Amino acid sequence: MSGPNSEYDPVEVTPLGDEQVATARDEALAAIEAAADLEALKQVRTAHAGDRSPLALANREIGALPPQARKDAGRRVGQARGAVAQALAERQAVLEVEHEERMLVEETVDVTLPVDRLPQGARHPLTTGAELIADVFVAMGWEVAEGPVIEAEWLNFDALNLGPDHPARTMQDTFWVDPPEHHVVLRTQTSPVQARTMLERPPPIYVVCPGRVFRTDEYDATHSPMFHQVEGLAIDEGITMAHLKGTLDHFAARMFGDGISTRFRPSYFPFTEPSAEVDLRCFVCRGVDSEECRTCKGEGWIEWGGCGVVNPRVLTACGVDAERFTGFAFGMGIDRSLMFRHGVNDLRALFEGDVRFTTAFGSEL
Amino acid sequence: MKAPVSWIREYVDLPEGTSTERLADRLTDVGLKLEAIEVAGEGISGPLVLGRVLTREPEPQKNGKTINWCTVDVGDANGTGEPQGIVCGAHNFDVGDLVVCILPGGVLPGNFQISARKTYGHVSAGMICSVSELGIGEDHDGILVLPADAGQPGDDALAVLGLDEEVVELEVNPDRAYGLSLRGVARDAALAFEAPYTDPCDRDVPHADGAGHPVVVDDAEGCPVFVARTVSGFDPAAPTPEWMARRLTQAGMRPISLAVDVTNYVMLETGRPIHGYDADAVRGALRVRRATEGEKLTTLDSARRELSAGPEGDLVVCDDSGPIGLGGVMGGESTEISATTSRVLVEAAHWDPVSMFRTGRRHKITSEAGRRNERGADPTICEAAADRVVELLVAHGGATAEPGVTVVGTPPSPAAVTARADLAARVTGIAVDDATALAALRAVGCSVEETGDGSISVTPPPWRPDVTDPFDLVEEVARVVGYDRVPSVLPAPGAGRGLTRVQRLRRRVGRTLAGAGCVEVVSFPFIGEAVLDQLGLPADDVRRHTVRLANPLSAEEPAFTTTLLPGVLKAAARNLGRGAAGVALFETGPVAFPADRGAAPILGIDRRPTDEELAELLAAIPAQPQHLAAVLAGEQERPGWWGDASGTGWEDAVALVRRVSDELGAGLVVSAASLMPWHPGRCAQVATADGTLVGHAGELHPRVCQAFGLPARAAVLELDLDAVFAAAPTVAPAPSFSTYPVAKEDVALVVAADVPVATVEQALREGAGELLESVRLFDVYTGEQIEEGQRSLAFALRFRAPDRTLTDEETTASREAAVALAAERTGAVQRA
Repeated sequence: MSGPNSEYDPVEVTPLGDEQVATARDEALAAIEAAADLEALKQVRTAHAGDRSPLALANREIGALPPQARKDAGRRVGQARGAVAQALAERQAVLEVEHEERMLVEETVDVTLPVDRLPQGARHPLTTGAELIADVFVAMGWEVAEGPVIEAEWLNFDALNLGPDHPARTMQDTFWVDPPEHHVVLRTQTSPVQARTMLERPPPIYVVCPGRVFRTDEYDATHSPMFHQVEGLAIDEGITMAHLKGTLDHFAARMFGDGISTRFRPSYFPFTEPSAEVDLRCFVCRGVDSEECRTCKGEGWIEWGGCGVVNPRVLTACGVDAERFTGFAFGMGIDRSLMFRHGVNDLRALFEGDVRFTTAFGSEL
Repeated sequence: MKAPVSWIREYVDLPEGTSTERLADRLTDVGLKLEAIEVAGEGISGPLVLGRVLTREPEPQKNGKTINWCTVDVGDANGTGEPQGIVCGAHNFDVGDLVVCILPGGVLPGNFQISARKTYGHVSAGMICSVSELGIGEDHDGILVLPADAGQPGDDALAVLGLDEEVVELEVNPDRAYGLSLRGVARDAALAFEAPYTDPCDRDVPHADGAGHPVVVDDAEGCPVFVARTVSGFDPAAPTPEWMARRLTQAGMRPISLAVDVTNYVMLETGRPIHGYDADAVRGALRVRRATEGEKLTTLDSARRELSAGPEGDLVVCDDSGPIGLGGVMGGESTEISATTSRVLVEAAHWDPVSMFRTGRRHKITSEAGRRNERGADPTICEAAADRVVELLVAHGGATAEPGVTVVGTPPSPAAVTARADLAARVTGIAVDDATALAALRAVGCSVEETGDGSISVTPPPWRPDVTDPFDLVEEVARVVGYDRVPSVLPAPGAGRGLTRVQRLRRRVGRTLAGAGCVEVVSFPFIGEAVLDQLGLPADDVRRHTVRLANPLSAEEPAFTTTLLPGVLKAAARNLGRGAAGVALFETGPVAFPADRGAAPILGIDRRPTDEELAELLAAIPAQPQHLAAVLAGEQERPGWWGDASGTGWEDAVALVRRVSDELGAGLVVSAASLMPWHPGRCAQVATADGTLVGHAGELHPRVCQAFGLPARAAVLELDLDAVFAAAPTVAPAPSFSTYPVAKEDVALVVAADVPVATVEQALREGAGELLESVRLFDVYTGEQIEEGQRSLAFALRFRAPDRTLTDEETTASREAAVALAAERTGAVQRA
């Protein structure tokens, strides 16, 4: 903007005097020093370094000077302007820092204000519990098999060596789809998924089957007409009860902590022979000074489920060569396992849908 | 099975110092699982002594009650030998009676501490005890008066009453019928401790002579053995010996009368159910056969029963009058032993277990006899058991054994099982050599023959009808050797395939919804008409066609649900009812639609079914798609210093559908629809890109909100997840996008209010051509300057080319083309 001055007035030549330039410079430096904030500095900048400031005006006059005088005047004015510009920049930097510090103080908030605008979501522990179990087995190379909850009677019972005169088949335990002579039931166990798996593909088979099952139990703190089981099935050459024990020990340690193992007691299930009840070493007291332990009620062990070597009759019904292959199977309640793992006292808490219960578990167990 | 420890010890000579806990642990180890150890006198501590009532002075009180001021001789038990003064409120005893007294310092069940205390003007130094106070029966509140010869005053009553005896309660699995007898429990105890065993059934019995009560068995398969003995001169008033009554009580049975108690006692002892008839009431010979059409029988429980005929019908014992008992399950009323019975006909018979089970189930009878007969009792001990009954009736009932002994039939002999000698080692993984395995089988009573080539032929003992297969032998070896010897070895499956695609997708849906603030619920799938009415479903709605249950828990909810909405709506109402201001819930699970394809066949199990048989089976199973339902009701964003609470509306449901669709890349599209239970004007149907309907979302109908007790404008959705998953790509393709500058153009279009935004948007999209990057509605306006029935839709259009910066001319041309097509399709006019 320092074009030729169209309003040339020789009277104003005097500012180019040595003294005048020094005065203008000193006044500018004093004003810069006195500027208290960025706004004041902005005004100072306009007044002392703007187009109409004395030094800017003086600069314009240089061109009008005789050539011999130009050089000196140019140097004087240039130095003065340089000093002002530098002072401005320095003051600007100082004030910016001051300004930022003040703003940061002024913008202080109460960080303890509530911020819960949106409620928390959660997945159900029965879902995430089943996933946790599935992940334990998938990590061992097993697969997760599923099947329908409304199931053929033959798959739920007969194929599993629960003959037509087995007590578990009475109306007391099983929900029958109407009419009963159509032989369709709400599955009472997840075992029909095992039967389906064997019917679908040849060994080796290593599957876990988590899922909903139904029994005609009245609903109370420890019983429910619907609950959840996980069953496992391994069919391969040379499978023994030792493999069953190893698998359950590993499962127990992953679910309940390193060092938690299992023990077997003789039992009876039509699906397996030999059959065993499997107990879990109490993961709270670990069998030490169990008397006071509320989790295992002083036993040192917790009843966990049933298991055994797959009855060759079942293998035959499901098309597996019982001469060549052996297998093991196990099953336990997911609901019950969660109850003692997390200290749930009333089974109904799992089915009421109260969000206060479910949100405590987040989206993974 | 409750087994008194003293009774077990009668047959097995346990090692010195074996505690009851140790005994119970070892029984558990070999397969008879301990349920509980009961001490009859649990909770009682002495001094509890016998006392003889010396005086009894009734003293009427102001409150209308009469108390008895008694003095009781308690021997030296009180330390002085002087009579004990006791106030007693009961009246069923008299001077001279032998009673049970608890003295000061004693404790009764329920931590009832006894001390001398002043009451009714006397110092009462203890209590005369009733049956219920002692915790040995609920029958009556009267004072327990003992037989005069039960003991002397001052004797320890705990011992006299057997209250110091321990009883082990064992869980007996269905395959171990022998465990339902002291004979069997003691045998397993002997096995567990390798201790000497005395079989109570090992006795000399008189031979069958054909002179006993005549018996004809028509159905030898149903009743292979029938033994009949008779005693006469029986004194029906003879009391049951105290020891016998006590053992019956300890075993959980109620003493009734000597004749009945003896049959029950022998059943507990041997495991062989016994039936006693009043011999004088029996007319002619006994005949065992299947019931015939139309026959009826009144059983001991006074029930009039219609009998089932045919080859699988009820087995009955008849006399000349017709059926007089359901064989092996329950006797008949007409020949019941009564208070005047002096001749007892004793029946000890072996019955076909399957027939027993069916009869019990058919007539809904559970009896101690039935429980044993349907699991299979030892068929070889009928004569011994009958003889034992006779012995006890003679000894305690003053009876005389009649000489005749009837035995019809012979016990079936168990089939030998052939197996490899090393089978147990191979199946259990326990390092057990053949010799050990064979010894274990012999220890449980099997006879074992080595047939060469490492094979064995094993004949199980007659009390083990469950041992039929080679693997049954494995279990016997394992339980003798010890289940604790099974090593722990991880199997090594090959590489697995991980979770299936659907399993992964289901997890993603759950995480997405939880991330959106929804909480998962798990509901029962049972519904009834009422809830379908609450949902306002029309009569012909497909969701009313349900899979029904033959035996629902509740007659009001007899069907398996066709929709997950009832579950989530009820759970939402429950949360709001418990004080939640707002709730967002979701559920995934199966629903069911009837197959209507007839019956599922019952196939054989001796081979794999053919593919055709399996197909027929699977066709009969109802379709069970996985659904997803969600509900949002009440406050969503909470009120706070940032502003007011936000409620719910149709858009929240559609937004959730959008989130699921975006997460899975399923490309779901919505369009207007009308379906209950949604608000008819605020219901979106959701479809895949190829038009497959997968569900609905929107606002719940106001009437349905009301019916479920939910606040207005609840947002709900239900999707068929299987169908959604089918639309999701297996592998998501990566997008390509330009990094040249974007050109933004806004257009406002005035269009008839009933034209869906989606239609206008689609026209803009197509008209704008390939330079269009995105189009998004950012404002809807009605009011001033807009004609009635019209609305102004403001869209933000973004243009971008993949290979250059667009010129103003290109952008303008694209925008104009977009507007032109919208105008042509929808009559939209661009607002100035």
